[in-house]
Amino acid sequence: MNDLSASSRITYGAVPVQPAVVRRIRGLSDKALAWLFITPTIVLLLAINIFPLVWTIYLSFTNYRANRANAPVRWLGIDWYQTILTDPDIWAAMQVTAHFVFWTVVIETVLGFGLAFLIDKKFRGHGAWTTIILLPMMLSPAVVGNFWTFLYQPQIGLFNYVVAFLTGRSASSFQMLGDVTLSPWAIVIVDAWMWTPYVMLICLAGLRSIPDYIYEAAEVDRASKWRQFWSITLPMALPFIMLAVLFRGIENFKMFDMVNLLTGGGPGSTTEVASITLKRAAFESWRTGYSSAFAIILFVTVFGLANIYVKALNRVKSR
Amino acid sequence: MSIANTAHSVVEPSPGTRRLAGSLVVLYAVITMIPLVWIVLTSFKSPDDAISYPPKIVFTPSLEGFCNLFTTRSRQTPEFIQTLGPSQGLCDEIARSRNMVVAGPSNYVPRFVNSLIIAFGSTVLAVALGTLAAYGFSRFRVPLKDDLLFFILSTRMMPPIAVAIPIYLMYRTVGLSDTRLGMILLYTSVNVSLAVWLLKGFIDEIPREYEEAAMIDGYTRFQAFVKVVLPQATTGIAATAIFCLIFAWNEYAFAVLLTSGNAQTAPPFIPIIIGEGGQDWPAVAAGTTLFLVPIVVFTVLLRKHLLRGITFGAVRK
Repeated sequence: MNDLSASSRITYGAVPVQPAVVRRIRGLSDKALAWLFITPTIVLLLAINIFPLVWTIYLSFTNYRANRANAPVRWLGIDWYQTILTDPDIWAAMQVTAHFVFWTVVIETVLGFGLAFLIDKKFRGHGAWTTIILLPMMLSPAVVGNFWTFLYQPQIGLFNYVVAFLTGRSASSFQMLGDVTLSPWAIVIVDAWMWTPYVMLICLAGLRSIPDYIYEAAEVDRASKWRQFWSITLPMALPFIMLAVLFRGIENFKMFDMVNLLTGGGPGSTTEVASITLKRAAFESWRTGYSSAFAIILFVTVFGLANIYVKALNRVKSR
Repeated sequence: MSIANTAHSVVEPSPGTRRLAGSLVVLYAVITMIPLVWIVLTSFKSPDDAISYPPKIVFTPSLEGFCNLFTTRSRQTPEFIQTLGPSQGLCDEIARSRNMVVAGPSNYVPRFVNSLIIAFGSTVLAVALGTLAAYGFSRFRVPLKDDLLFFILSTRMMPPIAVAIPIYLMYRTVGLSDTRLGMILLYTSVNVSLAVWLLKGFIDEIPREYEEAAMIDGYTRFQAFVKVVLPQATTGIAATAIFCLIFAWNEYAFAVLLTSGNAQTAPPFIPIIIGEGGQDWPAVAAGTTLFLVPIVVFTVLLRKHLLRGITFGAVRK
């Protein structure tokens, strides 16, 4: 951390005849430059992120409605927060979100780690296949999610056809997106298809960070492969797995794109995750005050998760 | 997992293990590619082939999907169509065979152009701001550095819908609703956090001695930054730019809530391409294919840096 003094010392040493004033200006200009470089980013974030956030907090205490901008604004205190936290519909949405987050994270972690474990065996052509596997996660969740509605069509969809082919059921006997029990799984499947590669990539980095000599020592001690996996591979890759889990958890907690296009929250509200509820309240019923309060509640939840995330991140970094 | 240890090394997997691992991974890759292959296939199908049962893998390729993507058509009586002169081009011919005439261009091209302008505009801004800030954080002693960095990252954690509510009101007040400038600023603010974190990692890796040597030679700090650090960071800047570009290109939530006409990008537009009697799947598939091609190219270019990008520079290799 003594980089600044180090660099100025060198400058000083190299130009011994430099007058003190010039040295001071140069020292100052480092500091000025630092602020000159950092300020634009901070200003942009203050204007586009923090100011609106403060505004949201204000609105969450009022009965403001964006579609009636000229109506008098009344101060409601914490009414909305009480309403939301005791509203069974909100808790239902939170449950739908929890179901979605839990199952996507479990499936993606198991599949992702498994794939990483296999790719780490370094078979021929593993680089090219890895790139192919990574493709889905780079694509637009909205545009690709939208196309899955076609794959899920009851009579003509490829997904239904394949399931029918494999199980012998009729392809039009089930509706992935229209059925109350199936639709939550329909969105889990698309999310797992898209984001398993993400977990795989992070796990692969974890597996590759384990030095060979540990396995060599284990071999000398005649530890079985099974034992090596549980005592070396898994514990040493764990911080990476945690990182992937937390990142997927946060991202899926916020999930909007794919669900909006696949089911729009339906049928009924069986796939109505928190972001969909928020969108309906804010941009369909225009209950701006109410939705602001809900937005703040979601913020706080995500921030809690984000804090844990950054701590885990630092732990991985310090390895 | 592995069957037997080979003679040459105790940690090298045996050929059998490798073959097994390889075939399982290839199997997964093939399954995961099916939806993408299906998009491309569907874009070359005629509407009838696209919705046939069982799904057709072998079909006569047709450009109708692409024609329908780029044009709007109106239905006419066969008598009227016969009064028209010779058809102009392939799309006109296809339309006439369905008792329709091409009425004009569709909105796909303007939406695609919006996507290009907004993605490139926000990327240039985010990378420029991010490079400066990353250099500042990397080289100078900034008070509350860790807090500022966390603040920058945390803005990325906000649920987009929650951000969209006040942005909608704010943009309405200052007249940025449904403008490209508004979307560029918004995407810049989202991408700048990624840019700062990624670029700080890349710049941290450039030895300070280079700049110090340049400054001994009489460069000012700023000159050293421009002439020594920037050239060294080119790869990192390029990788960061591609990540920003991909985010802005793929973004949907803000676009669907905050744009309606003027500044609408392709992602909210593609799902609402409809033909007569519901979604025109070949046209949707054609629009999707054209939209995805640049990302596939970028992913291949970026494969060495993907890990870094998706973890905000936390995991490097």
